[in-house]
This record gives sequence, C-alpha cells and structure tokens, in this order.
Amino acid sequence: MKTFYLVGGMALVTFLIRYILLPLSGRFQFSDSTQRALGYVPAAVLTAIIAPFALMPDGGHLQISLSNPYLVGAGLTFAIAWFTRHLLLTIVGGMACFWGWRAVLSAGWF
Amino acid sequence: MEIQERQAEPVPKALRRSTSFFEGMRDTTPLIIGAIPFGIIFGTLAGGVGLSAAGAMGMSLFVFAGSSQFVALGMLANGAAWPMIVLTTLVVNFRHLLYTATLLPHLRRLPARWQAILAFGLTDETFVVSVGRWQQADAPPNRHWYQFGSMLFMYTNWNLCTFIGLMAGRLLQGIGGWGLDFAMLAAFIGMLIPYLKERPNQCAMLAAGITAIALNGLPHRLGLIIASFVGVGAGVLAERLSGKTAELQTEEK
Repeated sequence: MKTFYLVGGMALVTFLIRYILLPLSGRFQFSDSTQRALGYVPAAVLTAIIAPFALMPDGGHLQISLSNPYLVGAGLTFAIAWFTRHLLLTIVGGMACFWGWRAVLSAGWF
Repeated sequence: MEIQERQAEPVPKALRRSTSFFEGMRDTTPLIIGAIPFGIIFGTLAGGVGLSAAGAMGMSLFVFAGSSQFVALGMLANGAAWPMIVLTTLVVNFRHLLYTATLLPHLRRLPARWQAILAFGLTDETFVVSVGRWQQADAPPNRHWYQFGSMLFMYTNWNLCTFIGLMAGRLLQGIGGWGLDFAMLAAFIGMLIPYLKERPNQCAMLAAGITAIALNGLPHRLGLIIASFVGVGAGVLAERLSGKTAELQTEEK
C-alpha cells in the first residue's frame, strides 16, 4: 500500500508540474522579455545538471584533476561535440574516451 | 467523405503526420542511447532498496522522470517515508515547469487531450529535442506529432530498459560501477552544443554551472533549481548589457 501511495504521489506531482500551466494559459500572456528569458532555460538547466556531475562525481567534493575520469571524459566529449556537431558521435565517442581514460588510470600508467 | 477527400488530394510526404512523428523519433535516437543504461540501472537497483518490481515498473510507467526516480530509490534506501519522497519529487522535477512555460506559446493552441499527453512525456530529452523544432519558423506542420514521436520513443525505451534491469537484476549486479552513468553526461553535453554560440547563453551556462556546484550540498537537489534560475537571470542580464553596448556602438557611428 505504501508503494501505491509513493508511485501515485510521484506520478501526480510530476504530471501537475508538467501540465499545470497549460489550462491556465488562456488567462495570461507572457511578455516578450519573459519569453526571451525562457529561451535560456535549456542551456541553464543542462549546465546545472552537467557541472556537478563532471566536477563532483562523488557528490560532495570538487575534483578538478586528471584523475577524475568524469571531468577528463566530459572535456573530451565537449571537444568531440564542438568539432563534429553530431550528437550520436558525441555520445559514443565520449563513452569511449571516458572508458579509455578510466582504463589508463586503473592500469596506473598515469 | 474523408476518404474521398484524401483520394482527391494526396498529402505531400513532408506534410504527413507520420513524417513528423518519425522525424521526432529519429532526432531522439542518440538520446535514447544515452538513456538505455539509466533505465537498466534503475531496474537493477530497485530490488536492493526494497522497492517491489511492480513499484519500480509503476514508477517508470506513470512517473516517467528518471532523475526523480533515482532520488526516490536513494531515499527509500535511507528509509524515508513516502510523503517525504513525493515532496522531494516535486522539487527535483520542478525544472519541468520551465519547460512547459517555454513551450506554452506553441502548446496552448492544441486541444486539451494533446496538451495532457505531451505534458506527461515532457522529459529533459524530449524537451530539448522538440523545442528546436517548435522554434524553427519554417518547420513542417504537425510539430506536436514530432514531439509525440520523441516522447513515445523515450517512454517505450525507458520502460523496456526498466523491465530488462528488473529481470537481469542479479546478473547485472555491480553495473553501477561500470561507469555507464557517463552516457547521460555525454548526451547532455551534446545537447548543449547548439546553445554555445550566443553570448547570453554562454553567460547562462557559466552562471548555472558555478551555482550548481556551489549549491550541490543543498538537500533535495534544490541547488539544481536555483542554479537554473540564476542561469536564466544571467542570460537576461547579458542580453540587456550587450543590447546597450550595441546601442552605444550604433550611436557612435
């Protein structure tokens, strides 16, 4: 029963967050400046997810070092993305770089 | 009646709903690859924290929000009560309100049923893929079908992967240590690239990134939401400042 409430509650709040503005939209209109501000949402949210992921993989400490494979992998992934502009290549190449660097680290070559 | 009309005027391929639908799926494919490990890891971890297979499957079927599902597992492992987890879900997924707000000028014209369906599937991935299509002035019509294709692909994949993870739970023990979580990081970096060329977006990223790191210790991933708002604020500020510089330059000329 606890699971039922948990899943039901999570489903309800998630749907409401994603839906609630739509039925209300007839009653207000975003100003031009608000709409332009919302244009920065994707870049801001994605970076807010990426940055701690790459720089604090253990969740608590800043690890700016070559021994942090997430940071090195993210840097190389970024380079691939920048030069190829190809999403699939970026993900596959990024994974390869990350695993490669992890192997280098665990082999003790670095 | 309808059939006769169709026979009289065949719909050009680019204007067909199915074309938009499959293009939405096609453009989401790379992100699917990034999401596969996550779905599987979610399924394998669920048993270990005492969530039943039905509970885990129910989350993927009805909640359909990866990051909050992982946070829920973490809280269950710590013995948190369900109202606390639901409240945390509200905070973790709050960023999706910004997604709906961004798409509002486009989605408001759709019938209520479409709005409800598209809102249900508004994940990070589907948002980033379809926002580009909505804002493209010369995009073919049926852009809601494009978004629907993207969300249905993500949804099917997410549930299939959860199921695989649940089934293979014992076989894949230790999967958490394989570093598969990097796939999501790589996917998100790839999604970020189109936004890099504009100065205000660069400022938004810098501000959001620094804030997210500084506030990473806050509970319930509050830092993510605050950082998102700070990033948007920085973008607006940069836009205003560059607008003023441009004005000054034109005046000098």
